[in-house]
Amino acid sequence: MDDLIADFLIETNESLADLDVALVTLEQIPDDAATLSLIFRLVHTIKGTCGFLGLPRLEHVAHAAENVLGKLRDATLTVTPDIITQVLAALDRIKAILTALGLEGSEPAGDDAALIAGLDAAAAGNAPVGTNDPVHRTLPQGATCPVEEAAAPLDDIGQDPDMGAGPGMTDTPGAAPVAAAQTIRVTVDVLENLMTLVSELVLTRNQLLQLARGQESGGFTAPLQRLSHITSDLQEGVMKTRMQPIGNAWNKLPRLVRDLAREMDKKIELVMLGADTELDRQILELIKDPLTHMVRNSGDHGLESPAERRAAGKSETGRITLNAFHEGGQIMIQISDDGRGLPVDRIKAKVIANRLAGEAELAAMTENQIQQFIFRAGFSTAAAVTAVSGRGVGMDVVKTNIEKIGGVIDLKSTAGNGTIFTIKIPLTLAIVSALIVEAGTERFAIPQISVVELVRARRASGTGADAVIERLNNTRVLRLRDRLLPLVSLDELLGLPVKAEAETGSYIVVAQVGADRLGIIVDRVFDTEEIVVKPVAPILRHITMFSGNTILGDGSVIMILDPAGIARATGIGAGSDSKTMPAAGTGEHRSDSRTAMLLFRAGGRQKMAVPLGLVARLEDIERDRIEYSCGAPVTQYRGQLMPLVPISVDLALDRPRQPVLVFVDGDRSMGLMVDEILDVVEDRLAIELSGTRPGLLGSAVVGNEAVDILDTGYWLTQASQDWFNGAAGRSSGRAQKQVLIVEDSAFFRQLLVPALSAAGFQASAVGSAEQALRLRDAGVMFDAILSDIEMPDMNGTDFVRAIRAAGPWAHLPVIALTSHTDPRDVEAGRDAGFTDYVAKSQREALVASLRQCLTDLVPV
Amino acid sequence: MTSAALERTPAERPGGMADEQVFVTLTVADQLCGVPVLSVRDILSAQTIARVPLAPPEIAGGLNLRGRIVTAIDLRQRLRLPPAPAGEPRMSVVTELGGELYALLVDQVSEVMSLPASAFERNPATMEKSWAAFSNGIYRLDDRLLIVLDVPRLLALADRD
Repeated sequence: MDDLIADFLIETNESLADLDVALVTLEQIPDDAATLSLIFRLVHTIKGTCGFLGLPRLEHVAHAAENVLGKLRDATLTVTPDIITQVLAALDRIKAILTALGLEGSEPAGDDAALIAGLDAAAAGNAPVGTNDPVHRTLPQGATCPVEEAAAPLDDIGQDPDMGAGPGMTDTPGAAPVAAAQTIRVTVDVLENLMTLVSELVLTRNQLLQLARGQESGGFTAPLQRLSHITSDLQEGVMKTRMQPIGNAWNKLPRLVRDLAREMDKKIELVMLGADTELDRQILELIKDPLTHMVRNSGDHGLESPAERRAAGKSETGRITLNAFHEGGQIMIQISDDGRGLPVDRIKAKVIANRLAGEAELAAMTENQIQQFIFRAGFSTAAAVTAVSGRGVGMDVVKTNIEKIGGVIDLKSTAGNGTIFTIKIPLTLAIVSALIVEAGTERFAIPQISVVELVRARRASGTGADAVIERLNNTRVLRLRDRLLPLVSLDELLGLPVKAEAETGSYIVVAQVGADRLGIIVDRVFDTEEIVVKPVAPILRHITMFSGNTILGDGSVIMILDPAGIARATGIGAGSDSKTMPAAGTGEHRSDSRTAMLLFRAGGRQKMAVPLGLVARLEDIERDRIEYSCGAPVTQYRGQLMPLVPISVDLALDRPRQPVLVFVDGDRSMGLMVDEILDVVEDRLAIELSGTRPGLLGSAVVGNEAVDILDTGYWLTQASQDWFNGAAGRSSGRAQKQVLIVEDSAFFRQLLVPALSAAGFQASAVGSAEQALRLRDAGVMFDAILSDIEMPDMNGTDFVRAIRAAGPWAHLPVIALTSHTDPRDVEAGRDAGFTDYVAKSQREALVASLRQCLTDLVPV
Repeated sequence: MTSAALERTPAERPGGMADEQVFVTLTVADQLCGVPVLSVRDILSAQTIARVPLAPPEIAGGLNLRGRIVTAIDLRQRLRLPPAPAGEPRMSVVTELGGELYALLVDQVSEVMSLPASAFERNPATMEKSWAAFSNGIYRLDDRLLIVLDVPRLLALADRD
């Protein structure tokens, strides 16, 4: 039998076992998004692999099942026992086929049409056709033998893919009985055990060395040196037993790429460098799937068709390069392609469509930050759902799996030149290299893999060449090579005694957490040390700042810091970490989520606030650098002229330095001049809309104080009339149309109101259909209504029916806002009485539709 | 967390063993307590204990017992007693729960005692709540009373209250 098929059987049997459990869980808790995602991914993986192995029956069954699960995941279908039965029937069929496959080496003949029809009917939302038990009817004769028989020998093979043939395979005709290599089969458990013992030995050795350093008892020195050497050799030896060349994880890839090329009509060359780079067997197993996924992605999404490549002046054959090498005690794996690069615009559109971030948030991001969105759950740029990929599972799984083993994944992509993914993983999981630091009076270990650099800095201003830690009131930042690095002080974060400010010297450990960087302020930095990671006691696991604890060479117990946990605890990069996203796939912004707000003062006593995510940078510009162009203040900023807008006419313009909030959209930027930047606070954002003053969204209570919330959209148009595609310019001069937004998500209200005001509409928003109807009954009139479809209590469809039924709003244009723009949904929406149907996140389409509706019905 | 084995009072234990129970005795804030000897892994003299930041106050920190990390729990804090006088050396009783080692930090560990079931009594109704929550009962000794500590419950920090 094919090695590939053998591996596939082992993997798939494991997945199937998980699936059975998960499906049953799902039946009990039908709306558990995590379980649903898990099931979907497992089935997706099975389907994907079948496709490449040329197993059409399995592929078709899995594909049909996946379709149903996809609908469940997107919540277009609800979980019912009937549907679960259908999916379980599909799984039973897959198992039966697998069993036969294990015995005969090829798919058994059989007809799955009835089963697939049942699944398709379920996917279409119909009750399952005929009996719920199509399995037994069509089960092929050869497939009835128990699964265990086939699975048992295969499990053996799984233990050592190196050996090639397990007991069940030895009598395969044609397997040449080459001179028996000098090998012994050892179970992985034995090796694991040895590794644990060696880890302990290393610790003990370190302790002994530390002790010996303190005292000059000559007699011990020599044997201790020997012990130390032997321990090192032993550690290396045991590590070696677990080492395998990374090529083992790559051997499926050439075939996969070949099939992919054929299927996609592309020419692909696969180059593999450093295949003999060795790494821990456990890690090898864990990165196999992510690597396969990434290579498939590169071939499918990254590389262009031969025609496109010719047009771009490249050779017809696309190239995928895998490169593995050791670097600084870690393994680096690069997967690069010379394809089209990651399309930033399409990612942006997708991010918005999937509600992963708002347009304004995106505007403040660099290209690379936007590209990082491909690692989020529920993201996929492929326009069409194909059998190859493009269902929104993939890169998020890759990232999760790599992070699980303490690795880091990064990407670099240039439009037209291709994409490079770089994976950095530790050589082994048992012993890691860590930086030992001190804060307060305690020592901590920070895994070296997440440390980017160390910066010496001063806590307070003074003299010297060191960088200065600056404060935005209570938030500390550091200017590091033209970027603001958010800082957290370890002693404050952990509630340790804070040293007096007079002791000015301190260090900043710059840590990489996903795409974000974070500076951890510590008092001292010691050495790096090889540490054995031990899990913390269960009663301490709730402290997310620690990933484990360890014993140092001097015998002391210290905690291992988890930079990702610290970032989460402080809110830095919380959005870019898929783990903190609730309900993978839906990306719903809960209205009670906390938002970091920048507080400032401008023209008057009243404090103002703007969501920090919208501000690209804070600058302090010297008065001399403010120039005037056509009577408007501008400044030279990063090689461009940046318009400056005073937030208030009574802004004091005579001070030597001018604080400015910089907003960036693409390559344009504008500066908003304010009096004073006060603080950054994190709070729930509940805006009381008043809309009486232009430039303000309304007021909100932030940190127990009423503050005005800045309407960013308004100020952007002040700086540049065409900021929103000239929308503001065209509508100015006309009487402003009144638009009511009915939307339960505070996040989208916050996004839509400024967007519509920027486009020249007077927008008001309410949180539910009931509130809107109360406005109607109170006699309030609007020119148009935008309504969300999915809302608790009364949904959009019922709402529009209620409007159309009677009352002063019966003839108003009502536009449905939705994340589903399925033609069928559109049809249903129109039947209910919606004038138009627009995807929530497409601002241009929304504004265009609104204009269209208003000109059609209310001629100007 | 199962505490069934320890909750069972000596008097209820079947067989002849019911007559005698062996305890490691210790003192916390002048109160004599006992821990079943079979649940004790080690007795330690004063140790260097590394504080764990952000941990609940009952958790004194981690200590290194022959290469294993043991979580130390301050019994005075756990029983809501006043903290031990500064600088006073404290001893620990090491016990195991769910494969993890825990050290109960006490003022003093004294002898191992074999106590007759006839001297056992349930918690008096008027016993202070902070004690009653962790006591499995009382032994009447000649000159003083001994509280039998419910070790699993002392260690069940996560699901307290």
